[in-house]
Amino acid sequence: MLFVLLDFSPIKPDFGLFFWTVLIFLIFWFLMGKMAFGPIKDALKKRENDIQDALDESKKAREEMANMKSENAKMQAQANDDRAKILQEAKDMKNSIINEAKDKAKEEANKIVANAKIEIDNQRKAAVNDIKNQAGVMAIEIAESLIKKNLKGDAEQEGLVNTLVDKFNLN
Amino acid sequence: MIRLAAIFSLMICVAFSMYAQHNHDGHDHSGHDHSTQDHSGHDHSAHASKTEAHGDEHGGCGHHAAFDVAETAMHHISDANVYSIGPLQIPLPIMLKSDDGWELGMSSKFHPDLLGHGDGHLGHNRYVLHGGIVKRIADASFPMGEFDVEGFMHSEEKIGGKKKDVTYVCTGDAMHKLEQKSTFDGGLFGGGMSSYKDFSLTKNVTSMLIVCLFLFWIFRRAAKAYKKQDGEAPKGLQGMLETFVLFIRDEVAIPFLGHNWEKYFTFLLSIFFFILGLNLFGQIPFFGGSNVTGNLAVTMVLALLTFLITNFSGNAHYWKHLLVAPGVPFIVKLIIIPVELMGLFIKPLTLMLRLFANITAGHIVMVVFIGFIFIFGKSGESLVGAGGAAVGSTLLTMFMMAIELIVALVQAFVFTILTASYIGAATEEAH
Repeated sequence: MLFVLLDFSPIKPDFGLFFWTVLIFLIFWFLMGKMAFGPIKDALKKRENDIQDALDESKKAREEMANMKSENAKMQAQANDDRAKILQEAKDMKNSIINEAKDKAKEEANKIVANAKIEIDNQRKAAVNDIKNQAGVMAIEIAESLIKKNLKGDAEQEGLVNTLVDKFNLN
Repeated sequence: MIRLAAIFSLMICVAFSMYAQHNHDGHDHSGHDHSTQDHSGHDHSAHASKTEAHGDEHGGCGHHAAFDVAETAMHHISDANVYSIGPLQIPLPIMLKSDDGWELGMSSKFHPDLLGHGDGHLGHNRYVLHGGIVKRIADASFPMGEFDVEGFMHSEEKIGGKKKDVTYVCTGDAMHKLEQKSTFDGGLFGGGMSSYKDFSLTKNVTSMLIVCLFLFWIFRRAAKAYKKQDGEAPKGLQGMLETFVLFIRDEVAIPFLGHNWEKYFTFLLSIFFFILGLNLFGQIPFFGGSNVTGNLAVTMVLALLTFLITNFSGNAHYWKHLLVAPGVPFIVKLIIIPVELMGLFIKPLTLMLRLFANITAGHIVMVVFIGFIFIFGKSGESLVGAGGAAVGSTLLTMFMMAIELIVALVQAFVFTILTASYIGAATEEAH
């Protein structure tokens, strides 16, 4: 038994088998590396990169979408604000126009009143002047009549003058 | 349920095919004198008497050895110059180099039986085929050219105070000692430096070629699928292989090698699939059960490549750590530096032995379980014993085969992850 164990045993590395193993393994390694493992490795890497890129891209697209949405909301809010502002402005303008108009009207009225007053004043002055003039004329007429009466007696003259003066009371 | 039944019946078939093969081996390891194959020109009684002088204790060329499970197992796990599927012996190319030049051709030129156990009936230029393995007659004066081989005989002899196992070949006129196969061990394990070197495309080399071509074919298809279905989800074969490739990348290469994982990735994948493919190939029933990754020469090559790549890519930090051990007290340095230096060689050595031992053990256990059939059957004498053991050993073998599938994967993974960790340690940046 022992002789076979030693004679056949693969515990003795055989030179020829060693040589062939080196040759076959090196060729195997080279060919597999160049034509099988290398391309597979590259393909796997490429696929993983592609997947990563796709994920990144979708993430970016999602972010962009979110950005756009928020921008839209912002724009809407802005539009709302603008509208409110414009309305407010319009309202303000209306009020101011009304007020202005009111003021102008008041002013005009005041002016008219003032003018009227001046006119009245003037009229009165004219009237006074007229009265004065008439009083002057009357005075002259009275004076005339007095002179004429003077010729008749003092007492009568005096009575006459008083009645005349009462009659033409200057106020 | 149907599937289970199918597996069970397959196992029964395996058991019986092995029965056929090993019964053969067990009955007459030392000759070709089968009852079914009676070759003219072979007189059993004649050379039985001739070998009496040598083999009084061990048996001569016509000796019938009892079934020896260890012997069968060892024969099963060895490399051979024929590809044996069951009892079928498929000849393989031989390339033998000796001082007398190259001996080329197919192993069929030694005229082994097509259904047998690989003992050639014809010798050529001192070469003979024994148990499917080419060997050479040690006697340099033996004449060149063809000669008839009548049988083989094993004996245990004391040479230089050491017990050595010697095989003799019986030719027509005498017995001639055979050389031990030439190996790297320098005779340490009973091998030696013989007068020839075997560069044949042996069973293991053939298996390696088959597995490598198969792997190349499926991975080439997968690689093309990536091109063709660019941007699509992987499917079929491509998807299956991708699982392994991604596993090696994400669990082995990147964690251990960091940013320069790509540089060593094809080596790690080659190592992994080479080992896994050969581990699994050896477990296919009815396919020769070649024990390639359970052969020291093969694991030695793989470990040696790991060793070379590790040390050639080692950076200054690695060598400084190894040779100077900075920050360690001088006294401790005296211990630590030799230990580190030893570790440099022990690491690939353990890689080599771990894979070899695991796969070889698996093959041996399988043969031993099947061998129960012959042990309990008393080599064919007890049919009841053989039948009972057949059921038991079938169940045991099924169980072992399931475990061996895990072992095949685990050993390929362990070899790869350790390689990655050694390279990773050598290329790690100082921190």
